[in-house]
Amino acid sequence: MHLGVSESMREREYSQISTRSSTPMESPHQKRVLRKKWQAFPGQNKFYCDGRIMMARQTGVFYLTLVLILVTSGLFFAFDCPFLASALSPAIPAVGGVLFVFVMGTLLRTSFSDPGVLPRATPDEAADLERQIDVANGSSSGGFRPPPRTKEVLINGQTVKLKYCFTCKIFRPPRASHCSLCDNCVERFDHHCPWVGNCVGRRNYRFFYMFILSLSFLTIFIFAFVITHVILRSQSSGFLTALKDSPASVLEVVVCFFSVWSIVGLSGFHTYLISSNQTTNEDIKGSWSSKRGKDNYNPYSYGNIFTNCCAALCSPLPPSLIDRRGFIQPDTPQPAPPTNGITMYGATQSQSHMAAATPLLQSEPVMMSDEPSLPGRTSLGAACASLPLGQPTPPTSTPSLSCDADLLPLQGNHVEGQHHFLTPEEAPSPPGMLHCGSPMGQGHPHGHAPGHGVPFYSPASQDSLHEDSVRGLVKLSSV
Amino acid sequence: MAETHSLQDIRQQATVAAKVFIQRDYTSGTMCQFQTKFPTELETRIDKQQFEETVRTLNNLYAEAEKLGGHSYLEGCLACLTAYTIFLCMETHYEKVLKKIAKYIQEQNDKIYAPRGLLLTDPIERGLRVIEITIFEDRSTGSGR
Repeated sequence: MHLGVSESMREREYSQISTRSSTPMESPHQKRVLRKKWQAFPGQNKFYCDGRIMMARQTGVFYLTLVLILVTSGLFFAFDCPFLASALSPAIPAVGGVLFVFVMGTLLRTSFSDPGVLPRATPDEAADLERQIDVANGSSSGGFRPPPRTKEVLINGQTVKLKYCFTCKIFRPPRASHCSLCDNCVERFDHHCPWVGNCVGRRNYRFFYMFILSLSFLTIFIFAFVITHVILRSQSSGFLTALKDSPASVLEVVVCFFSVWSIVGLSGFHTYLISSNQTTNEDIKGSWSSKRGKDNYNPYSYGNIFTNCCAALCSPLPPSLIDRRGFIQPDTPQPAPPTNGITMYGATQSQSHMAAATPLLQSEPVMMSDEPSLPGRTSLGAACASLPLGQPTPPTSTPSLSCDADLLPLQGNHVEGQHHFLTPEEAPSPPGMLHCGSPMGQGHPHGHAPGHGVPFYSPASQDSLHEDSVRGLVKLSSV
Repeated sequence: MAETHSLQDIRQQATVAAKVFIQRDYTSGTMCQFQTKFPTELETRIDKQQFEETVRTLNNLYAEAEKLGGHSYLEGCLACLTAYTIFLCMETHYEKVLKKIAKYIQEQNDKIYAPRGLLLTDPIERGLRVIEITIFEDRSTGSGR
């Protein structure tokens, strides 16, 4: 190759070549300011304070929660406490103050922290997994359906199915689930709570529980003492005069009365979940219920209530797996966005742009122009459209795989199937979604309030719809 | 430090031949454990015992990080009482062990893996999903392509 060239020359040439080839994008990007990782985060989250705060996209209801708590507590401290402090004891505002601070602290902590988001696979990892899956399936070409991408694991004697997440390109760890609103896989996914404006998962479940527990106490505290205040006043000046003297009390009583039922009920429900070491997701799907089979039991439970509680509340807090505030290295390959099924080595930042975050949603109109209403078909169309358009698989083959009735979870929560592929704007707003009458009708024993209908989103069931619908298509990546 | 410097040189000058991913082992639940199965791609590069020893030590370290015990309960209760503000000045137990793990991996790379043209990536950089082992092309410096 380099005939007649001295060895040192050759070396120098070689090293020049290698430098160029290893960082091909260096020159055009050298002048670019290094971005932080949160700016290129592929999920649907919103970040504030330079990546320190992480919330879901829809935060309207969170502000409502804040307003309700602040206004009610504010009115209590301003109008009822002076009377109560002088008539009864100054300890009342003090205790109220402590409770209030605790409620706010835990609420903000739940809302602002990373629930345990699993970062998406790097292109190399995704390619490696694809290869392993193909080897396991025996590479079959389009025509007959390859089996769905699941892996079975034996955990403490119980068989658990691990599902492959098409968006994140990983096999989800046990108890993890993909939140369709935030478009992330979350570890130990409990539910997506619009009231706190975030998912509740492994890292913020204890804060969430502390929040609802302390809020229950605060609500009961305020309710009780406002009633006491009105009674004491009416003893001296009559009931109506008492109400006229402190009009704020009426508002407080009304708010507290309606909140008590839902919040206390929710606290009770979560206390049950903690003591049996289950997530809301698992409880709703009845994953460990004995109705599924005689030998069905929860493999994660430690056996006794005390250990389960300690494990949920006092276990070591794992750190965030997504490095939000780190800088993006120019030569690091970013996780390939789902629309671009071709896993490229050294994908540039522009490819991992957040526009790729909603591939399924944005490409919906492409495939399913004539079948907008049926849930199964919708998911099929959207799922197909998410794959690289260069794929030779004919679109007509997919509807034939459609709507296997067993795609939809048996517990009749087909409500979730409907909004699986709605944009995040649409998903929380229809009131029908929040109420979720049908799953409730199953006589859930824990008095789950209608207002808190969010747990029934069950993103995991939606993903099973998704993955079954993609069965007709052979490979995601052409690598 | 000189060894780290040479590690970076290897990274810059050598080309990546392949990457091997050691997946998570979920048989003991959601605890962070990695599979100790020896990948075939490494057969020519490193001793099986050596590799298993590395993975086993990592597994033990992760188990230590997630262990439920008196220490973690105390930390949990203290944190709850101080409304979790204590973590502004103190590191969590998990973070302390992660630092230990990072040091261990660095040490393993310097002593065992880099001389064999391999590089372990800290699993935390891959979201604790995999241990990524980069296999560099076996080529001595100075020889042309």
